[in-house]
Amino acid sequence: MHQMSMSRACDMHASGRPLLMLSFCGHGVRSAVRQIGGSATVLSAAFALLFFASTSLPANAMKIQTVKSPGGIEAWLVEEHAVPMMAMRFAFDGGSAQDPDEQEGVSNFLSAMLDEGAGDLKSSEFQDRMEDLSMRMNFEDAKDAFYGNFETLSQYRPEATEMLKLALTKPRFDADAVERIKQQLMASLAYAARDPNRVAQNAWYATAFKGHPYARPASGTEASLGKITGAELEAYRKRVFAKDNLKVVAVGDITPEQLGKMLDDVFGDLPEKAELAPVSITDPVAGAQQNVVDMNVPQSVAVFGMGAMPRRDPDFIPAFVLNQILGGGGFASKLMEEVREKRGLAYSVYTYVYPFRHASVFSGGVATRNDMMGKSLDIIRQELQKMADGDLKQEDLDNAKSYLTGAYPLRFDTNAKIATQLLGLRMDDFDPSYIEKRNALIEAVTLDDLKRVAKRMLNTDNLIVTIVGKPELEQPKAKGG
Amino acid sequence: MHMPGVSRSIFTLVVFLMLALAPQTASAEPRASAFKLSNGMEVIVIPDHRAPVVTHMVWYKVGSADEPKGTSGIAHFLEHLMFKSTDKIAVGDFSKIISRLGGEDNAFTGQDLTAYHQRIAKDRLRTLMEMEADRMVNLRLTDDEVATERQVIIEERRSRIDNNPAARLDEQMSAALYLAHPYGIPVIGWAHEMAKLSREDALKFYKRYYAPNNAILVVSGDVTPEEVKKLAEETYGKIPANPDVDTRNRPQDPPHAVPRRLTLKDPRAGNASFHRYYMVPSYVTGKPGEAEALEVLMKIVGDGATSRLYRSLVVDKKVAATARGGYSGSSLDSGTISLYAVAGAGVEDLKTVEEAVDAVLDDVRKNGVTELELQRAKKSLTADFIYQSDNQATLARQYGWSATIGRSIADVEGWPDALAKVTADEVKKAAATYLDAKNSVTGWLLPEAEDDGKGAGSSTTEQPAVHTRS
Repeated sequence: MHQMSMSRACDMHASGRPLLMLSFCGHGVRSAVRQIGGSATVLSAAFALLFFASTSLPANAMKIQTVKSPGGIEAWLVEEHAVPMMAMRFAFDGGSAQDPDEQEGVSNFLSAMLDEGAGDLKSSEFQDRMEDLSMRMNFEDAKDAFYGNFETLSQYRPEATEMLKLALTKPRFDADAVERIKQQLMASLAYAARDPNRVAQNAWYATAFKGHPYARPASGTEASLGKITGAELEAYRKRVFAKDNLKVVAVGDITPEQLGKMLDDVFGDLPEKAELAPVSITDPVAGAQQNVVDMNVPQSVAVFGMGAMPRRDPDFIPAFVLNQILGGGGFASKLMEEVREKRGLAYSVYTYVYPFRHASVFSGGVATRNDMMGKSLDIIRQELQKMADGDLKQEDLDNAKSYLTGAYPLRFDTNAKIATQLLGLRMDDFDPSYIEKRNALIEAVTLDDLKRVAKRMLNTDNLIVTIVGKPELEQPKAKGG
Repeated sequence: MHMPGVSRSIFTLVVFLMLALAPQTASAEPRASAFKLSNGMEVIVIPDHRAPVVTHMVWYKVGSADEPKGTSGIAHFLEHLMFKSTDKIAVGDFSKIISRLGGEDNAFTGQDLTAYHQRIAKDRLRTLMEMEADRMVNLRLTDDEVATERQVIIEERRSRIDNNPAARLDEQMSAALYLAHPYGIPVIGWAHEMAKLSREDALKFYKRYYAPNNAILVVSGDVTPEEVKKLAEETYGKIPANPDVDTRNRPQDPPHAVPRRLTLKDPRAGNASFHRYYMVPSYVTGKPGEAEALEVLMKIVGDGATSRLYRSLVVDKKVAATARGGYSGSSLDSGTISLYAVAGAGVEDLKTVEEAVDAVLDDVRKNGVTELELQRAKKSLTADFIYQSDNQATLARQYGWSATIGRSIADVEGWPDALAKVTADEVKKAAATYLDAKNSVTGWLLPEAEDDGKGAGSSTTEQPAVHTRS
C-alpha cells in the first residue's frame, strides 16, 4: 500500500531499500504513462502507446504467426527459442466498465483473487505451488478489459498451464481469502483517498463521464467493496471470462502445435459467449469546468482534459502526433518547455491521447506548488489555444515524426514487451500487418492535418480541470483562459 | 496486484544461457565482457541481438553520499543541470536531439552513483556517445538556468516527499538510522539546503567527480564488444584522465547503542502503519556469503503472500491488511533490511501489529528457517534472475550498478552460485546477528491530526540525540 510508486521510467529502486525511494530519477518525466496513477490505468496507458511504435521489422527476425487451436481459439505467436521461457498475455473485453451498479470495483477485486486458491488448492497451497513452479501470473483490470499476464519457464510449462487454467475456471473465493483481500483493497482505498494524484484522476473521470460507467472509480468505494462477496466475484467471472471476447498472444519458447494445445487446455472450458452489459459510446461532458478538491498538501495536482478522436477516426493518428508535440514527448514537448524548462514551475507536466473503447480522451496533468497552480494552468491553456489557432511548425511535425518512427523498435526488444504490443493490436482489431504499415501512417501526417486536428480537438471551451490541493487560482476566464 | 511492489535486489539478474534452476548454471559462458580505456574509463558490454536497439549508460562513481556538508541534493541537482548546454549543444537540446534520433533518455541519482542513460536504434549509437562524452567535461551553466532548475527540483521534492506521508516518514527514519554516515541524508536533499544550491556548488561537484577515470560505460543490446571498444576509444577515449578526481571518503557510523523510534502523525496517512529499518551489511561490506544469506532470509520472512510475515500477520492473526519486508544490499557502505505492515480494520493499537512482527523476527532469530523454505527461496530468487534476463535495459542497470560499487562481472554472473551455497545455519546466524534492535529504527505512521496545527503533520523522535548532521 505504501509503495512509493516512483515513476516507471526510474523504477530502479531495486537499488535502494525496497520500500523506500533511494534514488531519484532526476531529469525525470518521460511520458504520460507514468503519471497516470492506479495500476489499472497505468496498464491501459501503456497500451495507448502501442500502435505508435513501429517500422517494418522492429525485432530482428520477428515473425508473427496466427495459431488456431483444435478447439477454435485463436492466438498470435512469436516463436523465440533462444531462451527457455514463454510469455502469454490475454484479455477479456469487459473490465471495470462491466462492474454492476453498486458493485464498483468488482473486476479490480477479482484481479486480486485469482491466485487466492482454485480447484482443490486453498490460497496458501496455491501460492506455494506457484512459487515451486517459478511461474509468474497476475491479472489487471482496465476500463474496457480484464488482462492476464502469464510467464513460465519451459521446464514447468505443463504444470504452470494447469495452474492458469484453475485460476481462470475454478477460483475458490473462500470466505477468509475474500475478506483478507477486501481488507487490503480497503486499506488501499484509504491511502489513495489522500493521494492527490489518485484523487485528481478519479475526480476528473467522475466529472468528465458523469452518468457513464467510465465515471466510476475502478477500485470501487468502501460501500461497494463492503457488498462484494464470493458470489459477486463469481458472477462477474462467469459473465466476462468467455471465448468470444478473448484475445491471446504468446511469445517465446513454444511451437504452434504446443500453443494450440495450451490454448485449449487453459481456455477450452470457458463459455462460448460472454454476457456483457451494453456500454454506450460517449464523450466527456461539454463546457469548460474547473473544480477544486480541497486537500492540505504543499503542492497541488491538476488533471485536465477533453474529448479526442476514436481509434478508427482518420484524425486519430494526426491527434497522436499532435499530442507528441504538445505534451507527450517528454522534454521535446511544448508544455515541458514552457512550464518546466523556461519557468521552473513543475517537475512534471504531460499529456496523452487515449482511445478507450467507448470514448476517447485527450488529457494531461501538472503538479506545482499551491501558489503557482493558477499561473501554470494559464500557461497550459494558452499553449492549447495557440495550437488550436494553428501555431504549429513543420519543424515540430518533422521532429515528432522522427521520434515516433525511430523509437518504434524500442518497444519490441523483450519477449514481454513484444507480447504487450501484440495484445494491444489485437484489442483494437488490427491484424499483424499493421506493424509494417504503422510508420507510413505517421509519415503521411501533414501540417494541414495537424492544424485541422488541433482545431477540432483542442477546444478550450470544453476543457475540464480538476485540482487537488490548496491552489491559489484566478477566476477562470470566460473563454477557458 | 494487491501486494505492493517491493523491488528486488539488483543482484537478481541475468544469464540467458541458464537452462534450468540448477547449480551447474555457473558453468554458463559469461554473458558480458569488460575492458578499460587508456584513460581509465571502465566499459561493460552485454550483447543481446534480438532487436536492433541498444541501451547506453554512463555511470559516475559519485552519489548523494559524497556531497559536501550543507549542500545536500547537489549530486541530484547536477544530474538535472547536465541537460543544459555545452559548446556543441544548445540549452535544453540534449534530450531533443536524442528524441529526433528516435531515442529516449533520462538519468537518475542514488546514494553511491549517478547514471545517464539512453535507448536508441543501434546505428545511432555513435552520435549518442559523442554527446555523452561531450557533456562529461564541457558542461556550461548560467545563473539563470540554475535558478530555474532549482525550482524544478524543489517541486520534485514536493511531489515525491512533502505530498506523501509515507515518504516523509521514510526520510525521518533514514535520518535516524545513521548516526554519522551520509546515507541518512535524502538523495533529493533537505529543502532548506536545496534552496541555497548554486551554480558554483554544481560546477565544483562536477569538476571534482565527472571524469572518464571515475566513470563506467555500459552498453547492452545489438552490439559486440569490438564495436563498442572502437566507438568508445573514438569518443570517451579522447578525454584525458583527471588525476585529481576525488575518491570516496565518507564518515562511517560508530557502533549503535540504542534502538530509535519515531512517530509521524499525518491526517493523510491512510490506515496506521508500522515500519522498521535495520542497518545491516551489504554485498560490499559483508563477509563472503552474508549478503546472500540476508537475501534468502528476507525472501522467506517478507517477500509476498508466501512469506512468514504475510502468513502470520495477514492470514493467521489478521492484524494487518498487508505486511512485507526486504533486503537491499547493493550499497557501498551498508545494506538495509526494511519491514512494514499496514494495520488491519479494527486494529486499535499499532502495538498489536508491532508485536506480531517482532514475534516473526524472534522466531527466525531463535529457530532459523526450514530446509524447505531455504530451497524454495533459492529457487524463487534464481527464477527472478532468469526472468529478468529478458530485458537489455534491466541488464544494463544491473551490471552498471554492481560495477559502481566495485562488483565484478563474475560477481554478478556468479550470484546464483553464491546463493546456492547458502545454508540454513547461515540464514539463522544472519538473522540472529543482524536483526539487532540496536541497529534499528522503528517508525509509526498514524492517520491523526498533527500536533502543531500547521497542517503539514509533525514528527517526534523519542531519541532526539539522533538526527541529521548537515
